[in-house]
Amino acid sequence: MSSQTFGPKFNRRTLVKGAAALGAFQVASPFLIQARGETPIRLGMVDPLTGVYAAPAGNEVMGAKLAVEHINAKGGILGRQAELLVEDSANDVGTGVQKCRKLIERDQVSFIIGDVNSGIAAAIAQVTNEKKILHIVSGGHTDSITGKDCKWNVFRVCNTTRMEANSVCGVLFKKYGKKWHFITPDYAFGHTLFDACTADLKKLGGTVTGNELTPLGTTDFSAYLIKARAANPDVMILLVQGSDMINCLKQIVQFGLNKQIHVAGTQQELESLAGLPPEARIGTWMFEWYWKQPGVPGVDKFIADIRKVNNGHVPTARHWFGYTSAMSFALVANQQKTLDAVKLAGALEDFELPDDVKLQPNKVYYRKGDHQLMTSAFVGEAQSTGKDDPEDLYKVDEIVPGDKTAPPVSDTGCSVKWPT
Amino acid sequence: MTQLLLFNVTNGLIIGAFYVLMALGLSLILNLSNVINFAHGGFLVIGGYIAYAITPYIGFWGALVVAPPLTAIIGLIVERVLIRPLYGRDPLYSLLLTFGLAFMIEDGTRFIFGPQGKPVTVPPFLSQPLSNDFFFITGYRLFMVATVMIAVALLFLLLRYTRLGVRIRAGALDLETVAALGINVQMLRSLNFAVGIFLAGLSGVLAAGQLGLEPTMGTGLLMPSFIAIIVGGIGSLPGTLFGGLLIGVASGLTAVFYPAASEAVMYVLMAVVLLIRPRGLFGEEGMLT
Amino acid sequence: MSAKDTRKLIVLAAIWAVLILAPYWMVPLGGYTALATRVLVLGLAAMSVNFLLGFTGVLSFGHAAWFGLGAYGAGLALKFLAPSTPLALVLGMLLGGLCGAVLGALLVRRRGVYFAMVTIAFGQVFYYIAFQWSSLTGGDDGLRGFERQPIDLGLLKLDILSNANTFYFFVLFCFALAVGAMGFILRSPFGRTMIAIRENERRARFLGIPIERHIWIAFTLSCFFMGFAGALYALVNNFADPRGLHYSQSGDFVMMAVMGGMRNFWGPLLGAAVFVVVQDYLSSVTVNWMSFLGLLFVLVVLFFPRGLLGFLQRGKA
Repeated sequence: MSSQTFGPKFNRRTLVKGAAALGAFQVASPFLIQARGETPIRLGMVDPLTGVYAAPAGNEVMGAKLAVEHINAKGGILGRQAELLVEDSANDVGTGVQKCRKLIERDQVSFIIGDVNSGIAAAIAQVTNEKKILHIVSGGHTDSITGKDCKWNVFRVCNTTRMEANSVCGVLFKKYGKKWHFITPDYAFGHTLFDACTADLKKLGGTVTGNELTPLGTTDFSAYLIKARAANPDVMILLVQGSDMINCLKQIVQFGLNKQIHVAGTQQELESLAGLPPEARIGTWMFEWYWKQPGVPGVDKFIADIRKVNNGHVPTARHWFGYTSAMSFALVANQQKTLDAVKLAGALEDFELPDDVKLQPNKVYYRKGDHQLMTSAFVGEAQSTGKDDPEDLYKVDEIVPGDKTAPPVSDTGCSVKWPT
Repeated sequence: MTQLLLFNVTNGLIIGAFYVLMALGLSLILNLSNVINFAHGGFLVIGGYIAYAITPYIGFWGALVVAPPLTAIIGLIVERVLIRPLYGRDPLYSLLLTFGLAFMIEDGTRFIFGPQGKPVTVPPFLSQPLSNDFFFITGYRLFMVATVMIAVALLFLLLRYTRLGVRIRAGALDLETVAALGINVQMLRSLNFAVGIFLAGLSGVLAAGQLGLEPTMGTGLLMPSFIAIIVGGIGSLPGTLFGGLLIGVASGLTAVFYPAASEAVMYVLMAVVLLIRPRGLFGEEGMLT
Repeated sequence: MSAKDTRKLIVLAAIWAVLILAPYWMVPLGGYTALATRVLVLGLAAMSVNFLLGFTGVLSFGHAAWFGLGAYGAGLALKFLAPSTPLALVLGMLLGGLCGAVLGALLVRRRGVYFAMVTIAFGQVFYYIAFQWSSLTGGDDGLRGFERQPIDLGLLKLDILSNANTFYFFVLFCFALAVGAMGFILRSPFGRTMIAIRENERRARFLGIPIERHIWIAFTLSCFFMGFAGALYALVNNFADPRGLHYSQSGDFVMMAVMGGMRNFWGPLLGAAVFVVVQDYLSSVTVNWMSFLGLLFVLVVLFFPRGLLGFLQRGKA
């Protein structure tokens, strides 16, 4: 059925003319539209700038802004200037969807980045798919986005939970022992991460002594820690994130549990380590990107550029997510000389990132089949104080390439349906 | 199993003690001024961040002494400027105003201190567990409980034996009569509000040492205090005290058996109490209707 | 027909004209149709809150629970029962309304600030249920995997899924139904009684009006309207999430009602429009939109306690 089946009978054109007169009020109205014509190419970004994920989201936006600066310094996209429009999803799905529609319908963006929150990322992926807009998920990790719910127009920069688990579980098993106890945040991200870890653990021949499902936003972990210690595991695996991670690690150290049980986990972030007192910066983890990579091309310049806009602080993985998401779009659009989403999505399949964008030693590319970026895992240990730099809070032992951590496409449950 | 239960009851009491501190402040303001202070969690955050900002200069102990009164002064200013015009109006308005204020405080702290969590370092001798068996009783948590006990004892002494306290209690029962006796009701409300906010600031400092700071942390800690008041019985401070401890223990125990419900259990408890005894456990007849 | 009635009719006609033509005047002004749809849905929710607050004088600060339940009801119906939009709307409304009816029976004896507190707390019960029961509700990630379905009227098929304008008119139609019902109830003898209770509860009680039962019925009706609005909201987003049940959402609804003017039938809709547009605009231009929104709360409470309509009417008088 065509879309014109329902509508008032009167002539729409006359109304538009009448509305043009109303447009005279535009200057006073908050919705100021700039003249079209040689308009810049707009990139839209939806991220939770307020709420519990404000810190990582703010860093992603900072990275994307830097990317747009770099893009424009190099002549823009298709010879036009690039412009980044950022909308706050307020960590709320309804608002996120609304903002995504606003960027697409009103601001006519050619490209969408976002969101840190997996739930919002999945919800706006529905919108971008419906509107046929290229979309790169910068920081939402739930597997389904490039798994069973994958879409032709949706790509992802950050790791899947399965990649995170695969990168670090083997190391933990070898180093610390085979009885694991989990502290898992009780939502989709936590559940998939737990499933991935236990699958790996079973393969290695270990056992799960228990799994504490903690509500998101738990401030006091003592009850769970009491239970975990009673189970007497070799390793306590923390899958919680953000402020939950901070609270949990702090309490573990206050209780002295780290002296009895090894503490480790999968994804750890510089934002969290920075929020911890020095004595609580412990454990073996994986970082999705780490700033201290001596000798890797482009990294020093990236650090210097971010320091300029970040009060002198170093970039985190989140900066890199935002930066890479925006750069990927500019690179592929300039390569294909088009803004057509279907063509760009096709060209992004198996698209390899150049040195000054990937900022890591291994090969990095968007995998054909599930559209997941094959990015490295930085496996290593947290350290209480940096040796050369106060923000060097992590010691990288190994940089595992994405091809090694990601399961084959056939296991992801993804089959991309292209528009006909 | 018995050991696990014993651990969790003790642990629940420790958590509950913290709820009590928040809830008493909230309860004081509610009883006398009929204001549901939605910004109470915000004042907790202010107290915590003040402590964070001054700890490098005067240490944790200094911050513990200085931050709560500073928070109370901010509270006093807020009361004078924003809340005073609303006394005597429908409680809806003070509710909405403090609701908006909570927004501003959260955003303000994010603007000043950044969205990233901030650690507050406590003195090292407090951050050790006391014994290997009771590893969850750290020096700091014990200190926290002690502080709460002292604060609660002082508050009850204040209400029982000082002129201000007697007036506050009388005002909570019948403000008109108190006013008719020639007591300056505005002043009474201001002081009472300041005492309530002082307790919020104190909770903030204590929470900062235990949990670290985040602009959004106030919201999460506000609701348990609400429930403590309702369960204990609106209008009764001993009820609030008991309610706070009760929900702490309940959620601690639930975490052992059915962790997913460890927060929901507070609400279930509240529903049960309201069904069996609508005025709350210690509530006086008539206060609730 | 008196001059007053004529003026009322003109105002009414103007309101509906503005609403019907919204997709055509909003876009040139820089708005977008989805924004207008959102205003309608949240406006209906605010009017439902005000049905209780403005006309019975009872402040519920937990009404988002019924709104969110409506959204989950609609979403679950579309996902698991049948791909039918009308069915989803009806089931969403029933879920919100029935839960509200049961709880309302527990609450009606409380008044004023205590009623507000208890409703907040009970609202949070439902928030935690939606948040924790992830196997059914999707937990924090929300309920996804459903889409509003085209409506088949036999002769013509309404493509409300991909055509934003058609969907707006569909929502407007639902809005009109609900608002019509609301207006009808308020004009009935029951509605008059509600206002009598608001004005002087004690006197109403002496007149032999069963106060508790009336408040319970008003509360329940308002929950049904709320559930209906929530169901529409699920259709707007093709999504339901626990945040829709949170007390801060209730606060937003109450604020919309107060900002527009709670003694006026249309006030909450105006409040919702201002609130949604201001929030949408502010959060695009500044990260610190929460401060400005909070400031708006404070300013409205201090300087416009009767709301925009109340202010305008007094200005005229």
